[in-house]
Amino acid sequence: MTVVLVVEDDPQLRRFLRAALTANDYSVVEATSCAEALQLAPSHNPGLVLLDLGLPDGDGLEVTRRLREWLRAPIIVLSARGREEDKVAALDNGADDYLTKPFGTAELLARMRVALRHVEHVVTAADTMIESNGLRIDIAAHTVTRDGSEVHLTPTAFRVLSLLARHAGKVLTHRQILKEVWGPGSVEQAHYVRVQMAELRKRLELDPAQPKWLITEPGVGYRFRA
Amino acid sequence: MNDGDRRPDPDHLLRQVQADEARATRGRLKIFFGYAPGVGKTFAMLQAAAREREQGVDVVLGCIETHGRAQTEAQLAALPEPLPRRASDHRGTLLEEFDLDAAIARAPALLLVDELAHDNVPGSRHKKRWQDVFELLDHGIDVWTTLNVQHVESLNDAVAQVTHIVVKETVPDAVLDRADEIELVDLPPDDLLERLKAGLIYMPATAERAAGSFFRRGNLLALREFALRRTTERVDADVRAWRDANGQGRTQLAARRILAFVHTDPSSPRVIRTARRLADEADVPWIVAVVDSSLRPLTTLERGRREAWLVLAERLGATVLRLSGVDLTSTLLAAARRDNVTQLVLARPPRSPRATLERWLGRDPLSSLLLGAGELELHVISAAHTADEDARDDIAVDVAAPLSWSAAAGAVTLVAAATAVGGVLQFFGAVDVVMLYLAVIMVVAVRFGSGASVLASALSVAAFDFFFVVPHFTFNVADLRHVITFAMMFIVGVFISGITARLRRQQDDARHREQRTRSLLAMTRATASEVSREGIAWALAHQCADTVLRPTAVVLKQPDGSLKTEAAVGVVVVEGTALAAAEWVALHGRPAGRGTDTLPGAPALVLPLQGSSTQAGVLLIYDRVGGSVLDREHQELLDAFGRQAALVLERVALADEAKSSAIARRSDEVRASLLSAVSHDLRTPLAGITGAATTLRDQGDKLSAVDRHDLLDDIASEAFHLERLVESLLDMTRVDSGALVLHRAAIPVDEAVGSAVARVEARLSTHPLTVKLPEELVFVDVDSILFERILVNLLENAIRHTPTGSAIDVSVVADGDVVEFVVADRGPGFPAGVDVFEKFSRGESSTGIGLGLAISRGLVAAHGGTITVRHRDGGGAEVVVRVGRAAVPAGGPV
Repeated sequence: MTVVLVVEDDPQLRRFLRAALTANDYSVVEATSCAEALQLAPSHNPGLVLLDLGLPDGDGLEVTRRLREWLRAPIIVLSARGREEDKVAALDNGADDYLTKPFGTAELLARMRVALRHVEHVVTAADTMIESNGLRIDIAAHTVTRDGSEVHLTPTAFRVLSLLARHAGKVLTHRQILKEVWGPGSVEQAHYVRVQMAELRKRLELDPAQPKWLITEPGVGYRFRA
Repeated sequence: MNDGDRRPDPDHLLRQVQADEARATRGRLKIFFGYAPGVGKTFAMLQAAAREREQGVDVVLGCIETHGRAQTEAQLAALPEPLPRRASDHRGTLLEEFDLDAAIARAPALLLVDELAHDNVPGSRHKKRWQDVFELLDHGIDVWTTLNVQHVESLNDAVAQVTHIVVKETVPDAVLDRADEIELVDLPPDDLLERLKAGLIYMPATAERAAGSFFRRGNLLALREFALRRTTERVDADVRAWRDANGQGRTQLAARRILAFVHTDPSSPRVIRTARRLADEADVPWIVAVVDSSLRPLTTLERGRREAWLVLAERLGATVLRLSGVDLTSTLLAAARRDNVTQLVLARPPRSPRATLERWLGRDPLSSLLLGAGELELHVISAAHTADEDARDDIAVDVAAPLSWSAAAGAVTLVAAATAVGGVLQFFGAVDVVMLYLAVIMVVAVRFGSGASVLASALSVAAFDFFFVVPHFTFNVADLRHVITFAMMFIVGVFISGITARLRRQQDDARHREQRTRSLLAMTRATASEVSREGIAWALAHQCADTVLRPTAVVLKQPDGSLKTEAAVGVVVVEGTALAAAEWVALHGRPAGRGTDTLPGAPALVLPLQGSSTQAGVLLIYDRVGGSVLDREHQELLDAFGRQAALVLERVALADEAKSSAIARRSDEVRASLLSAVSHDLRTPLAGITGAATTLRDQGDKLSAVDRHDLLDDIASEAFHLERLVESLLDMTRVDSGALVLHRAAIPVDEAVGSAVARVEARLSTHPLTVKLPEELVFVDVDSILFERILVNLLENAIRHTPTGSAIDVSVVADGDVVEFVVADRGPGFPAGVDVFEKFSRGESSTGIGLGLAISRGLVAAHGGTITVRHRDGGGAEVVVRVGRAAVPAGGPV
């Protein structure tokens, strides 16, 4: 049974999370502050962390960084709307995903499943074929087919697409994409990503304004819908 | 008389209360009053001060003149060191003066300042020491001072008549009236003379001279009587004041008044002083009236002298009344009747040929006044003994002035020309040369004034005699008849001079009057339309500069109390003594600077801008190089300008206040509608949630699985609704407070539309959506998050306001530098006549809070874009958002 460390100061929200998680066969450890989280984490060795970014005694970002020093388990941050910078900072500092409050149980569980899958199932060379809703990405062969017909992509566009697809379901920040595709020297050039994404949507999506696979998270980054 | 009548007059009581209040904050003034030097005023004052000091009062000696008298100096020992005097350098001479600023800074409870009538040395802030004393009182400092009777303004004349000594240093009676206490320091004249002889008052040499002139027994007796009488009057007034306050006053005759008529007679100062004495004795107000009669216009000189007398009248406490009318006497009598005047004081006209002529004709003011006076009591002041120096100077100038050198030259030239022309004409035939000369005299009168024309008359007679009367080229006259011609010619000439000169004066007068009216009108016009303080200040400065032809500046009080030069014409910056004077005037609300008694050394005359309740600032009129002091007429005009501007400034301030209160009211209204909207919109979903939740909690096990699910669904959707509401309110607050920070970037339009569509996806199931994007890659320069918020609001509106199943169409078109986003629906369209962008305006069937479009407008505006609504062809509504297009950025290295 996966142990979930819930770091949240609001008792109502803690209760809701406890109920939802226990009902879905997770074991729950609760912390109400940064200090308590850092203290409890080593002894319980959680398989997943749900971390509220707005804790009373400090910065959730700092907890993310400290936990990431030794913890491989996914960290999902919880934050209010309008705090996109915080989310991006948390993601860039090692968080795996985020949820905007208020959120529903379904959404929470879906995100947790995605995060856990990525940890359990590290993409290896063997996973050269990714398939989703009629889209096939052959990483080794550098080919993409949609509903059986091949889509021509530039090498860069392909690298962006395969990066997102390998992390299907998980949000990737502009920085993360830039670092992987263009190298650490280009992490500030967010417009590279936007242009490539626009390019990709145009070639892959039938209706770029209602994309099937390439989801935009405004102000944060992109997500490949699995 | 019943009890009701004995109650104090409310007006009196009010005045009393106001005076008491003023006195509570003002310092108290006590005057040690004597009839001659040496009676022991300073001594008495110091003795009393020593007693106060024993009582623990903070007594400070401001300035004390002991005149080397041993007894007085002995008194000084019991008191602290006097304040050091302020030394100033005046044209190489070191002068010492009482240091007003040091005294104010020291702020003692009681300050002793000797010799109230003293004239300050040049360069002091005030001309007179009593002005220093008044400023000290204004600062709440009690002042004790000394004064001799001959320095009292209203008694000045009388004293001079008795003693034949003219005292230059005078103190206005108003100063005595404002004293809280007057202590008479008396010593019988014989004792005083004893002391003089004993050398207790002056050094022996001076004492001998003094005994011969001022200190004659007769003088002293008379002076003592004046002093006693003045003190008694004062005591009378005090008793009356006390009686009034306590309801024991006799019924006042309804506002009786004494009117002094001042014209051009040199005895006018005596008329004014007499009126003041009569008014004091009867305890009634007094008026000094002047009449500008169009029948008897004044010369500039007469006018100037009269203005000086009016200054004196105001100093003595009179109300000055300026009348104008055709006939002097009837105008004056009408005013007297209107103002309830019971006594009229006027001067007996001086003996002059004109006065005599007028008397014969029954046209002199005195005779007509006597005829028309009715019940008025007339006091006629004789013209004797009044030829004081000033008046003599004036008269001397008066005669000399009209004939300037240029006027005389003009007269000579014209007479010479007439002679030449006459000679030529006579050569050709018989012409009446006399008529030619008369014509020339008239021209001279019109062109150069009466003096020149009299000269021209004399010259004409001489020239006529010399050149045209037999025997030629001598002044001899053969025919006696010619002498009569000469006499007639001269008389006609002088007569013409008189008439023309008067006409000219009348014309000048009319022009003068018209100018005054015109400039006042211009000032009114210039300021009436102004709405800014600065604009009014400039209008005032220009108007004043144009009127008096001097550099002018307007300094206004700022809301924080500081002074700022708002407008300046011909002046670069208000600084130095001018600024000091401006500050003083702003503080005290009285004129100062050049031409006044306060800070006369300043380069400008400073007038307060006094409105009906506030003082807006000051007006500075600078000296023109080589210019004379402003005449009173101009000062009055400037005063009027200042008042006018001050009123307009007040009006502007009130309008601003009204505007800001209107804004406050408007925002109150918005807040009220917010409150009602929010309370309704918050309560409705909360009611649903509470109902559903409590049902589930209390009756959960009795419900079917389907019902339970429905209730839970309700809770979830209502909660979502609440969340959107709170989000909107927060957005609105951010838009309203201007706290929006845009993180702009080049965003592909499909991404902008896509993310918004994704946000409303769950609710779009009921409305088919089509999106039309441009073929090419188009980027917009926006904040991706805020722009998403705009489109989400528009899409939600479209979903909310249209029936289920109706289509929603989004299209994006790039047009040059602008990208246009259109969200179109097939709903009922926007209601007519409603500003849909206004907060809390919502459609009739709407469940929204009415903030969507208001927020969108704010956000679009923050992007520098526009948002408009229009009817869609074929029914429905369209919202169009236009924002700036961004260039397609580089895609990055491959």
